[in-house]
Amino acid sequence: MRLRRTKLYLPGNNPNMLLRGHLFNPDGVILDLEDAVAVSEKDAARILVRDVLRKGDFGNCEVTVRINAMDTDLWRSDIETVVPCGIDGIRIPKVENPKDIAIMDEALSHIESKAKMRVGKTLIFCLLETALGIWNAYDIAKASRRVAAICPGGEDLRADLKTTRSENSEELIGPRRIVVLAAHAAGVDALDTVYADITDDAGLRRETEWVKQLGFQGKSVIHPNQIPIIHDVFTPTDREIEQAKKIVEAAVEAAARGLGAVQVDGKMVDKPVVKRAEYTLQRAGLSAGGEK
Amino acid sequence: MAINAVGRDIPDSIPGYGDVKHFKGHDRRPPEGNRFGKRNRTAFNSRTDKTLPDIKAAISASGLKSGMTISFHHHLRNGDFVVNAVLDACAEMGIRDLVIFPTALFGVHKHLTRHIQSGVIRQIMGSVNGPIGQLASEGGMSVPVILRSHGGRPRAVTSGEVVIDVAFIAAPTSDKYGNLSGAVGKSACGSLGYAHSDAEYAQCVIAITDNLVPYPAPCIHIPQFFVDFVVVVNSIGDPAGIVSGTTRVTRDPMRLLIADNAAKLIEATQYFKNGISFQTGAGGISLAVAAYVREAMRERGIKGSFGLGGITEFFVDMMKEGLFERLLDVQSFDLAAVRSIGENPNHVEISADWYANPWNAGCAVNMLDTVVLGATEVDRDFNVNVNTEADGALLHGIGGHQDTAAGAQLTIITTPLLRGRIPCAVDSVYTVTTPGEVVDAIVTEFGVAINPRRQDLIDAAKEAGNVPLVTMDELIDKAHGFTGSMSPVETEERIIGVIEYRDGSVIDVVKQLKKK
Repeated sequence: MRLRRTKLYLPGNNPNMLLRGHLFNPDGVILDLEDAVAVSEKDAARILVRDVLRKGDFGNCEVTVRINAMDTDLWRSDIETVVPCGIDGIRIPKVENPKDIAIMDEALSHIESKAKMRVGKTLIFCLLETALGIWNAYDIAKASRRVAAICPGGEDLRADLKTTRSENSEELIGPRRIVVLAAHAAGVDALDTVYADITDDAGLRRETEWVKQLGFQGKSVIHPNQIPIIHDVFTPTDREIEQAKKIVEAAVEAAARGLGAVQVDGKMVDKPVVKRAEYTLQRAGLSAGGEK
Repeated sequence: MAINAVGRDIPDSIPGYGDVKHFKGHDRRPPEGNRFGKRNRTAFNSRTDKTLPDIKAAISASGLKSGMTISFHHHLRNGDFVVNAVLDACAEMGIRDLVIFPTALFGVHKHLTRHIQSGVIRQIMGSVNGPIGQLASEGGMSVPVILRSHGGRPRAVTSGEVVIDVAFIAAPTSDKYGNLSGAVGKSACGSLGYAHSDAEYAQCVIAITDNLVPYPAPCIHIPQFFVDFVVVVNSIGDPAGIVSGTTRVTRDPMRLLIADNAAKLIEATQYFKNGISFQTGAGGISLAVAAYVREAMRERGIKGSFGLGGITEFFVDMMKEGLFERLLDVQSFDLAAVRSIGENPNHVEISADWYANPWNAGCAVNMLDTVVLGATEVDRDFNVNVNTEADGALLHGIGGHQDTAAGAQLTIITTPLLRGRIPCAVDSVYTVTTPGEVVDAIVTEFGVAINPRRQDLIDAAKEAGNVPLVTMDELIDKAHGFTGSMSPVETEERIIGVIEYRDGSVIDVVKQLKKK
């Protein structure tokens, strides 16, 4: 399982951040060619991002590039430039329609085979930033085997919903729940949008705890200082890990003995509990067997 | 000519400086003979008031003549009015060819450029920065600037290498008989540590104050028996430039990352235990290191012995919390430190001699466990440059860099690997300020390089498992990979700056920049 607790946006026109972003140990970095870059700088940013990708020094981060939206004439140049650099995936803004994903899948396959790369290597992360995108979330998530995650939008989505930001983002409760439901139904990750107030650590922690409870696997990040807080929320506590180890070990032992029922501390444990315990260990960076 | 211990080719004699004692390595120049003795004098008991009407009257009374050496302290930092006022008075009185010997100069002293250009000032012995540094670098001074560390300067004074003819001491409070305090008054600056040796060794001492109080003054830092004259002026400085307000820990993620790496290294070593002593600067990274170390001390129940050097509110709070027993303060950076030194007997003022002079019976830096310092450049031999920028201009003083690096058990240099497009880890630094033999670790955002002669630290960091270790070669190669090679700085042959090691030997020189 690939941990995607944090994905740090790095402006595509900022060499300082592009070179250093991975040092803050997010689970992934997003080299941004879209909103962070003014129209007049799109070409320069694309070249800069390409050169940084060719250096290929991102530690253990999952490397993705946010390309320009598919209703612009920039996205093809974006993928033709960055995909041959061997990135893990692309993040597509304003996805509304499964057909767009099919078009992208085909375009990626073409580039991959031309570059003699494994076809299907490049994953797709879909940003659902309109009401229509949210409505089509499940179909979008299922539109290609490349889709790794779907993510609700923030400000764009609010605008499309004809609402504004409230203190607790109540306007996004529905869309977030739909994204979680669609993602897990389709077998992809649900990754939450950014928390915009970079100085409000307590607010970030509250929102992260809430989206974790909803069923998200992580959040996008716009400032490195947000990373440890989100990791802290998404990383199981020592107590949770110990309990999960006990449950998984008991399940392994029961299976070895050919027993169907699993007992921990004298109580029967159901299959979903075992499954959740395995997931806890995966999130803690431990395999299901409890070994590092 | 001789190649010194850090590989620099230095002439045996430098015009305007004299014969060179070549740097042979740390602790390789022991002192000889006795300390310097100043002239005897008396203030017969018929004279119980040392005040004079103005600065000019004091200059006349002191016997100051053209060609002499005058000194100043920098406790009023960028708020100082005194240096400019004294040089203005000297200019008006027709005094020329002065050697000025400040403990440091700041941006506010760019006013002096007119006195350099008109010949009132012939030489500066002390840090130069900003416009004066640029002027000197471009050949605007007839003799080289001489840079000494905070310990090297009192060494030069107490040994008699530099004889101060008149010391002008800005005093936030004085009485009429010359008892001086930094802790009280509208221009309070806290410690007067850098002024002590000047008060003690100058041939004549003039105190300049804007707060004359009845005898005896409270909280005396410099006693009356050193002071010849007292001048009262309207204001010795701008409080806004003298002390900063609350010093906040940075939120800059890159600085925090470097600080976190430095703190992890400190925690990994044998020095992180009860009784630890610690010094950091007031800069962003340094203060953040202190913040991380404070957290770790709390978590592991560690109580330190003392905090040293320039003292900030942060250290004052750590002492109040019981994380330090005492503060040894040579310079108080902010209002909380100024208040604390006046109120708390465990917040002790120390002189620069006490702080860092290598030629006394033992200075405070020798008792230091850990120091965190900055750099403009570091190199493959762990040499550190803090004096010149990438363009070769002389822009910063040495401060306590050489002294604390030499004294501390664990000397950590924190620096970003790149500043903009300029690499900070290079094959060979442009100017050697502090020799690599007294530097233990270079901490960057891309990892921590430990000096190979400290295998004990490498082992400790490996055992801790959370210190991102790299080699110096890896750091330099990485920086080079990002930026490519820099064009070499183009210089004339003329030497415009002499960098002394704390023992008075010449560790490096700075040459005049070629006109572009």
